[in-house]
Amino acid sequence: MTIDLGQFYQVFFDEAEELLAEMEKLLLAVDVSEPDMEELNAIFRTAHSIKGGASTFGIADMCDVTHILESLLDHIRKGEMTLTLEHVDAFLTAKDILKMQLNGHKFGAAVDQDAVGDVRMLLQSFAQNTAIHINAAPKLAKQVSQDDKLHYHHCFRVALPKVSATDLEAISAELGLLGHIAQEAIDHERFALVVETNGVADDIIAICSFILNPDDLTITELNNVVIPPPDEHENELGYGFFAPADAAVAESTIQTSATTETELGYGFFEPNNPDFALLRTPSEMMAGVEHKPSEHELSIAEHKQHEKVAKRDADKAAVNQETTTIRVGIEKVDQLINLIGELVITQAMLEQRTSTLDPLQHERLLGSIGQLTRNTRDLQEAVMSIRMMPMDYVFSRFPRMVRDLASKLNKKVEFVTYGAATELDKGLIERIVDPLTHLVRNSIDHGIETPEIRQLAGKNATGRLALSAAHQCGNIVIEVSDDGGGLNRDRILAKAVEQGLAVSDSMTDAEVWQLIFAPGFSTAEVVTDVSGRGVGMDVVKRNITNMGGVVDIRSAKGFGTTIVISLPLTLAILDGMSIRVGDEVYILPLAYVVESLQPVAEDVKEISGKGKVVKVRDEYLTLISMYEQFDIQPKFTDPCLGIIVILEVDGKRAALFVDELVGQQQVVVKNIESNYRKIQGVSGATILGDGGVALILDVSALLRSTR
Amino acid sequence: MLQTSQSENPPDIHSVKSTSDVAGNEFLAFTLGKEEYGIDILKVQEIRGYEAVTRIANAPEFLKGVINLRGIIVPVVDMRIKFELGTPTYDQFTVVIILNISGRVVGMVVDSVSDVTTLMPEQIKPSPEMGTSFNTEYLIGLGTLDERMLILVDIDKLMSSEEMGLVDHTAI
Repeated sequence: MTIDLGQFYQVFFDEAEELLAEMEKLLLAVDVSEPDMEELNAIFRTAHSIKGGASTFGIADMCDVTHILESLLDHIRKGEMTLTLEHVDAFLTAKDILKMQLNGHKFGAAVDQDAVGDVRMLLQSFAQNTAIHINAAPKLAKQVSQDDKLHYHHCFRVALPKVSATDLEAISAELGLLGHIAQEAIDHERFALVVETNGVADDIIAICSFILNPDDLTITELNNVVIPPPDEHENELGYGFFAPADAAVAESTIQTSATTETELGYGFFEPNNPDFALLRTPSEMMAGVEHKPSEHELSIAEHKQHEKVAKRDADKAAVNQETTTIRVGIEKVDQLINLIGELVITQAMLEQRTSTLDPLQHERLLGSIGQLTRNTRDLQEAVMSIRMMPMDYVFSRFPRMVRDLASKLNKKVEFVTYGAATELDKGLIERIVDPLTHLVRNSIDHGIETPEIRQLAGKNATGRLALSAAHQCGNIVIEVSDDGGGLNRDRILAKAVEQGLAVSDSMTDAEVWQLIFAPGFSTAEVVTDVSGRGVGMDVVKRNITNMGGVVDIRSAKGFGTTIVISLPLTLAILDGMSIRVGDEVYILPLAYVVESLQPVAEDVKEISGKGKVVKVRDEYLTLISMYEQFDIQPKFTDPCLGIIVILEVDGKRAALFVDELVGQQQVVVKNIESNYRKIQGVSGATILGDGGVALILDVSALLRSTR
Repeated sequence: MLQTSQSENPPDIHSVKSTSDVAGNEFLAFTLGKEEYGIDILKVQEIRGYEAVTRIANAPEFLKGVINLRGIIVPVVDMRIKFELGTPTYDQFTVVIILNISGRVVGMVVDSVSDVTTLMPEQIKPSPEMGTSFNTEYLIGLGTLDERMLILVDIDKLMSSEEMGLVDHTAI
């Protein structure tokens, strides 16, 4: 039977990407001086899973790197090698290489083979160091292996079909991870492997099925089972854990092996206390039997075990959570959102139509309509929440970046995040990554000082960089704050004068801070490859404005800087002001509206008979007439009869003359360009309560057109 | 909603197709003024009555504006204005054919929709050169059906042409 693997490639790519991200997260979290067994196992598992996937799909280069990585991790996990900071660095580099290779396969991106070679050499050199280490103490190693041998309680004979030498080697290496392994020849071409392990036969089949058809295997359990002494349960737990992929399976494995063991135990020697073993869960049992000595020690051990169990339960919960999610194409979700939007409009129409009915005569109908209204609102909220993703998606990529940057710049930075669970629209989340990356880089490069300077200033040598996210009245507020040197008002002003920007000494701090968003502005004395070229802050600001958000800076000299980004929760909804000109209704994004007023005749002046300006509080603003721009038959042609709306884009103001203001409302933004071309002066469209379409004005284009 | 929109829904069309000869092509026949036109039925998504459109400023006259079609914004063109046929009137009998042209949805206003006909290749005659008076570039040919003559329009080509201005050609 041949299966077309092509359709599964995407699944593998997605999965590998997630696993790599997970690996990085775990590597960054691991405490080098006192690594937790669970964490090491988890890291090992990620590497192992990637390797399994890669070899299934015949992606040899990734399989190669993960194999070396995995063997090294295995040594560390087994305690044959102590984890050092160099290891973690090497693993992180390996992760990057894997990511590069993955992208190579996924998008056909270039793969730097030199770098791949380097990292393999690096990892191999670590691995060789262990080998030497073991050789130096051969006696000890032998002792260990003998001890190990005693502790396995299953022994399987795996008769292999005819396989090539390399496959045989691969299988041996894989099975070696389970326990002790010996090879024996059946005849000329066939071999059998004798595996002594704590795993079950299924594990062996699972591993072999990467390379062979499981049906060709003959696995027989041999009788020379050695019963482990009771105090080896700890070890057993470890084995149960890293062989299968998820914790739930591991748990059951432990249970079965524990039970089998006690059952088998009857025949060999008197078990210490069979009831004890049978009645309690394996974890309790472990706690009880780990140390026999004093009561005191026992309780400590129990406590430790409980902690471990609790942690494992949490892990298990996490695993369960993972398996209950499904992958759905974004277009399906968007379609759902569209349909809900329609439903809401239909429901609004129904409500409107029935509102004129006599409440006494139509009590039940009106009651049902009320019910429909509530259900629709709940449904809309539920559907909108599908698109929402936690900020953790963004935050989780920063620890690594901060770590690398800090070490590159010889700074010490402690990175903390708050509110990683805060949810934001997926579309926005993807677009916020770049601006945030830039801000974080800036904070580390310019904000946080070197340890020496910090100590001179009486501050902790380790700087602190915090990323936080929170919901605040319909917006999401993201803050990047550091406790560095803060912005230098004088320097910014001096630089602004140098660059010919309009500044004065009487400007408020907030106004001065906004200057750094000017294109090409940089106060950094040295341009580094990290930041300081002066491109960036203006891009950050522009990106955020495009998302309908605002950027604010708070800074105090010597105490640090906080950059506050405020964004709407979703791109799909916009706060709008509806205006009417003639018979037509347009929507103005509220973010650009400063105020609206009715001018007096004296304030409206003409310039050379063409353009008009209006004087608002001693400032002359260009007057843009909606009816001229959009070729509408208006109710009024005299600005003094209608109303003017003052708009502001990038600090530039203009006055828009309309007939009347209709009201302020939240509108659902619809794309026009999916079925039509771009319309000059219009950024999108929305559907009004009556089912009609209203166009949303592109305020910045409108202002540009008058310049 | 019009009567026609009920009887001419795509499901009906497909049931007709299953019984018809596979070699023939099916065309939706509609009238503009006194002329009868035909378009490939597979490009038709649905048929609706004419409803209020939102005008787009500075757009060509034949582009009536945009409508809300179950949550998506769809431009509507009036073929009577485009082809200068008859006087465009908008009443309860005016029909909008919603076309789906390679994923883009466009509405087309016509006077009325008559039926769906199957034309064998031999029934489709090449259109004669009309000189400069009429651009035959967008015609598939002329379909003959008893006494009727259908002007078969390559609606795909017409709607994505630069002339219609429905697609941003600079952007592609």
